Amino acid sequence: MKRVSEPASPRVSPLYNPKYRSIAYQLALSALVVLLAYEVVSNAIENLARAKIATGFGFWNVTAGFDISQTLIEYSAQGSTYGRAFWVGLLNTLLVAGIGIALATLLGFVVGVAQLSRNWIISRLAGGYIEIIRNIPLLLQLLFWYNAVLKTLPEMHHSLMLRGGIYLNNRGLFLPKPIFEAGSGFVFEALIAALIAAIALYIFSVRRQKKNGKRPPMMAAIFALLMGFPVLAFLVAGMSIGFEFPESGRFNIHGGIEILPELVALLFGLSIYTAAFIAEAVRAGINAVLKGQTEAAYALGLRPGATLRLIVIPQAMRVIVPPLTNQYLNLTKNSSLAVAIGYPDFVQIFTGTVLNQTGQAIEVVALTMAVYLTISLVTSSLLNWYNARIALVER
Amino acid sequence: MKPIFTVLGAAALAGLFSAASAAGTLETVKSRSILNCGANGQLPGFGLPDAQGKWTGFDVDYCRAIAAALFNDSTKVKFVALTAKDRFTALQSGDVDVLVRNTTWTSSRDTQLGLSAAGVNYYDGQGFLTRKSLKLNSALELNDAAICVQQGTTTELNLTDYFRAHRMRLKTVTFAALDEALSAYDSGRCDAFTSDASQLYSVRLKLSKADDHMVLPEIISKEPLSPFVRHGDDQWYDIVKWVHFALVNAEEYGITKANVDEQTKSPNPEIKRLLGSEGNFGEQFGLTKDWVVRIVKHVGNYGEVFERNVGQNSPLKITRGLNALWTKGGLQYAPPIR
Repeated sequence: MKRVSEPASPRVSPLYNPKYRSIAYQLALSALVVLLAYEVVSNAIENLARAKIATGFGFWNVTAGFDISQTLIEYSAQGSTYGRAFWVGLLNTLLVAGIGIALATLLGFVVGVAQLSRNWIISRLAGGYIEIIRNIPLLLQLLFWYNAVLKTLPEMHHSLMLRGGIYLNNRGLFLPKPIFEAGSGFVFEALIAALIAAIALYIFSVRRQKKNGKRPPMMAAIFALLMGFPVLAFLVAGMSIGFEFPESGRFNIHGGIEILPELVALLFGLSIYTAAFIAEAVRAGINAVLKGQTEAAYALGLRPGATLRLIVIPQAMRVIVPPLTNQYLNLTKNSSLAVAIGYPDFVQIFTGTVLNQTGQAIEVVALTMAVYLTISLVTSSLLNWYNARIALVER
Repeated sequence: MKPIFTVLGAAALAGLFSAASAAGTLETVKSRSILNCGANGQLPGFGLPDAQGKWTGFDVDYCRAIAAALFNDSTKVKFVALTAKDRFTALQSGDVDVLVRNTTWTSSRDTQLGLSAAGVNYYDGQGFLTRKSLKLNSALELNDAAICVQQGTTTELNLTDYFRAHRMRLKTVTFAALDEALSAYDSGRCDAFTSDASQLYSVRLKLSKADDHMVLPEIISKEPLSPFVRHGDDQWYDIVKWVHFALVNAEEYGITKANVDEQTKSPNPEIKRLLGSEGNFGEQFGLTKDWVVRIVKHVGNYGEVFERNVGQNSPLKITRGLNALWTKGGLQYAPPIR
């Protein structure tokens, strides 16, 4: 299109030029934000200096001196630093977030699909679950689960002894811990070889099905491969994997793998709570797929299960993933409620104990915010990537 | 928004930020005519609001004593319930004027946190609460025990130090709030609960079967509890410090809530100076002449405060022990007023 007004337009002063004006406004706004930030920071520094409060990250390499009940990496009160405690806490948070997300997703999908079931009882049960769980504050649920776990399990001196040296009491679940001795590497190699072979077999069987419509019965072979190979290697290598069994002491059970009741309660609370929201997202996603799609699948002779798996869910995923991302982020952030029930998560260890013992509130809180921001951004970028992959390709 | 308004808004904000802490705490409190006091809120005997919202306790009475000295009215206190975790931030940021919340005086709280401890109002030490059924005689038998502890206290560190010094193994379970730690102990999650001995006597009463539990004899740490103020306001620091000394001196000279008016006529020069019938020592603090009379009239002397809240006249029944006057074999000793 040809601009007609151009030759006729008079000389406009740059003061009234919308382009310059908007640039000027944006510059002014940026300057203001910078000024404000500078003012806040310099004011904080000045006040800290006036109150003679120490600043900086000097505490990072100081011996922590406190004990942590669950450590995924080597940690001791005597030898480890506050910096080490930071990593212990971070890993504990990631552990609970990772397992929680897996459990919540599983439960959420099941409940979401169940809500749409044609079976009246199942759909009402799922609906009731969602309504009740969504509308009770999470903190209350966590306290409920913690007390439920503690009160139902037997006391230490009446521990349940299960088969295979497993102990269960209100101090936790104690499992035998595998000890890898020399030669156990061979068993791992066998396991990896078996895995590769199994994947190859699976791909082969899928290709066969595409070619002639028949799928060779490979499941048994794959199962045998995965189980048989490592066991064979284990026997050949001279049974090099031992077990450290938990043992009952005067007060506590030693050795083995220890699963804390706090962790279990936190996982229960978080995954059950988040699953209710995920179920709603799943229901919405499935409802968003037009009925014609299901009818077309039935017309082609697909069974309901296959219809759901092959036709409905893949299309519903496009609607489900964005709210799902939110729920994953919520679950991770909500895990900081662990402080209430004594699970040593990141906030409990770092923003709680470390902050209190060092008094470096600004540094510790800033680091905590940075950690949660990083976890959230990584989670959401992973899910955005997945969302882009499954998005409808428009032609 | 027009830019001019934005600039004005920013200027107003900047003004807000730099306006903090220009006046002294005493003037601020006087002009507010109410004292903001950081207290415990969960600890019977030391700081706990009742069903009507009326606060009582040993630490609470210290806040009331300060208010009495300032306003001749011990009710002009706004109590702010603080957790162990939040207490220092609340004081540093000026949310409270004074922190009287069974807080241990340590070197790093003086230096790193920028606070001043205004005299030891209670000599405490850390102990252990356990079940009688475990048949323990000493904390040294706790090797390998699971111990519930509240987060953000010196307790956590003392515990580790003690176990380390005696080469014992330890499993701690840490909670943010005292109540949660205690209820976990109550349901058998831990073999012992550790805290300052004064607290143990008081929380034992909250357990489902108080008689099944006992406090072990060992005291594993020094816990001098003290009121705290911010660094840098010496006038306010002096007032808080000397309110404590006034309470102790009042007990030493036998001045009680009941006889304080008679005592103003006492010929004893020490009592005369203390109660303001001679000299103007109160005015030197920025208070009134009769500041000690006001304090004792409203809350009593140190001994009365102790017995009423945690001693023999309370459910806790803690003996004076180290907190007896120096004349009676304890450590409570106040400098003279002159």
